[in-house]
Amino acid sequence: MTEVLRIEGVTKTYPGVVANADVSLSVQTGEIHALLGENGAGKSTLVKMIYGLVRPDAGQMIFRGAPFAPASPGAARVAGVGMVFQHFSLFEALDVAENVALGMENPPPMKTLAARIRQVSQDYGLPLDPSRRVGDLSAGERQRVEIIRCLLQDPKLLIMDEPTSVLTPQEVAILFRTLRQLASEGTAILYISHKLEEIRTLCDEATILRRGRVVATCTPREQSAREMAELMVGTTLTPPARRNRPLGHVALQVTGLSVPSPIPFGTALKDVSLKVAAGEVLGIAGVAGNGQDELLLALSGELRTAPQMVQIDGKGVGDLGPNARRALALVAAPEERLGHAAAPDMSLVENALLSGVVRKGLTKRGFIDWPATRTFAAGIVADFDVRTPGTHVAARALSGGNLQKFVVGRELSQSPGIIVINQPTWGVDAAAAAAIRQAILDRASDGAAVVVISQDLDELLEIADTFAALNEGRLTAQRPVEGLTVDEIGLMMGGAHGMEVAHHG
Amino acid sequence: MLRLERRPSPSRFWQAATPVLAVLLTMIAGGIMFALLGKNPVDAMRTIFWDPLFNAQFASYSRPQLLVKAAPLILIAIGLSLGFRAGIWNIGAEGQYIMGALAGAAVGLAFYPADHWYIFPLMVLAGAFGGWVWAMIPAILRSRFNTNEILVSLLLVYVAENILASMSLGLLRNPEGGGFPGSRNLSQYPSAANPELIAGTGMHWGVLAAFISVIAAYVLLQRHILGFHIKLAGQAPRAARFAGVNPGALVVLCMGISGTLAGLAGLFEVAGPAGKISIDFNVGYGFTAIIVAFLGRLNPIGIMLAGLLMALTYIGGELAQFMLGLPAAAIQAFQGMLLFFLLAVDVLTNFRIRLGARMGVAP
Repeated sequence: MTEVLRIEGVTKTYPGVVANADVSLSVQTGEIHALLGENGAGKSTLVKMIYGLVRPDAGQMIFRGAPFAPASPGAARVAGVGMVFQHFSLFEALDVAENVALGMENPPPMKTLAARIRQVSQDYGLPLDPSRRVGDLSAGERQRVEIIRCLLQDPKLLIMDEPTSVLTPQEVAILFRTLRQLASEGTAILYISHKLEEIRTLCDEATILRRGRVVATCTPREQSAREMAELMVGTTLTPPARRNRPLGHVALQVTGLSVPSPIPFGTALKDVSLKVAAGEVLGIAGVAGNGQDELLLALSGELRTAPQMVQIDGKGVGDLGPNARRALALVAAPEERLGHAAAPDMSLVENALLSGVVRKGLTKRGFIDWPATRTFAAGIVADFDVRTPGTHVAARALSGGNLQKFVVGRELSQSPGIIVINQPTWGVDAAAAAAIRQAILDRASDGAAVVVISQDLDELLEIADTFAALNEGRLTAQRPVEGLTVDEIGLMMGGAHGMEVAHHG
Repeated sequence: MLRLERRPSPSRFWQAATPVLAVLLTMIAGGIMFALLGKNPVDAMRTIFWDPLFNAQFASYSRPQLLVKAAPLILIAIGLSLGFRAGIWNIGAEGQYIMGALAGAAVGLAFYPADHWYIFPLMVLAGAFGGWVWAMIPAILRSRFNTNEILVSLLLVYVAENILASMSLGLLRNPEGGGFPGSRNLSQYPSAANPELIAGTGMHWGVLAAFISVIAAYVLLQRHILGFHIKLAGQAPRAARFAGVNPGALVVLCMGISGTLAGLAGLFEVAGPAGKISIDFNVGYGFTAIIVAFLGRLNPIGIMLAGLLMALTYIGGELAQFMLGLPAAAIQAFQGMLLFFLLAVDVLTNFRIRLGARMGVAP
């Protein structure tokens, strides 16, 4: 094995923050190397430097024996670095081949390209039809477009940023087979994830970052997930405590909810029914894009329906807007933090006002009580350990995980009777995720009815009492979590989308 | 080499400093333009910015003109700025201004020559209503049928101009005017006049209304939940819906406010400085107010200062035309430069400029 990438003493400082301090690591050919760390630990900054999006202040990188300082992602790609981002950069209205061509420096003619896409997708067990429109693809299939786009450039180093957050368990297994095949052919892979079990099954080596520094390197197979999590966080973790909760009356009931999606390329909800009692946590699984966003909108009141389709404490509220439902003690936290749950350019104080105004009584005859709003925002920051220089900073200046803590904290701090939350711990580190889950369970113990929509099955199994899955806008029947197996859940989620022909045998 | 680096948060310093920088850059570029036209740029700048206020020969006439010209600009721009903040683009304030003037003047003329204290207040209400109605057309079309309010409001300006022409030739024509187009002179009809309140200052009811609108808009945006929702809808429409804002209602509200204020500006103008309805009654305040709104950063205090500055360039520009013989087109180009530079340096609020090529890895 030879060394593909070596990083020596790389440092990057932003105003007020040290993102990376003296970071060193080394990746060999054919190695799957995990990069682990909390939010804000500096993982993103590090891979952005390798991919030419950010330039280090000090230190050096050596790629395949030569000093390496890519000035742009284009330069990094030419040198042989490929990256699959957590957020896809695809045009929904274009087809697969056109999207792949847009990401290439010198795309070949479309016909040749389509043939090469077919070839690569066959070689690596990632079936993909080059002529399909991306808007019609599932999240898993979109990820395949990104992966194939990288593979066509024949990378020597492939960076994967949180790749499994949008996949069903079956799709994860297929992705891992592809990555192992790539590694066996000599491609080095830098794999970023929070899911420690995944890293234990997939990765050969791991570098653990904390607050911008390398705190440990280890061989994941020889460590327990708990040990790695504690290295990452620097403290001892306790799993959320489940108190035995007596269930109360049915607080939230959805009956025969059918509504077209307000989102372009969205999924219509079809005859969705569910029932959540006070003190109960309902977990809703599903691959991204199967109606989760629409379900949240219909429950939060942003999407109106017939009155009786959504009932709070037996009262039809389907035609009421978000603030009327907040007055009835329903709070909601959408998945998309920037632009939906929070306004990017507004301060945390203003963002606290955004959804807290009704239940916290932050206005008097329409006039805003700014001191009370500031107190509310400061309380969220303190209670949910939001790392920020203060409540005056713009929401977009916070890292994704910190903003998530703020947004979830804002909703949970309003003494809610019903909580609807989509992806509560998405992109949040282990310690913060545990804290958020605990906070949700605490509210349930206090008698709140909770609907958690998530793509993290471990999370749902950990906190939910009952379980259902969304698949193409339909919700399966609710089942108690006890006794469910991962295989059963996978089937409820619709199996592996479009993967029937992959990896047969 | 120059390159731009995104700031983590918008810079408060540059938010305040960019208008000043834009004015300075306009003076430099405008000076070059005037020099190319063969005029002394220093003289030109002094004539435009200094003489109207401080030259003993002109100031007695120009100083009151400052408030007279600034008031309609500020009044209209305040209304527009609320919509612009919410992402609602009313480009047709000129039309709403005309319709406000027509409605207000019509009420006043209907009472002629009666003498009652309530005539002028009724005209104010009618002026506000005229502007409001004209703005409701694009507002309702947008919220009902999702038509583009930019296009509809703009095209309604030309409809309003034709109504204005028809009215000054027909219904509202002065019967004692010897057949000339144009209405009776309202400023000479005491019950309907909008007089200068303090002699020699240019202060009339419209100036007072403009200052009140500045304070009201400031309070609305800083302290009221409605102002918060307006800002939210412009910055993050989906977050606004999450916050319970009804987008259609917001369109009607913002268009209504801007139409009402534009209508008021028209009424105060026709009953005061202009005096009467005439074919060429409108002089483009409704369009210039768009520049004023942006020059003032859509901020009420900024708009007040920008309105005064813009009025100054009008008065100074006229002065420069007859004192230095500068062509009117050059003055318009000068005003255009102001908006151009303002938008150009706006980038500094969200980005910082870095000198030098992209840095490689330090040794």
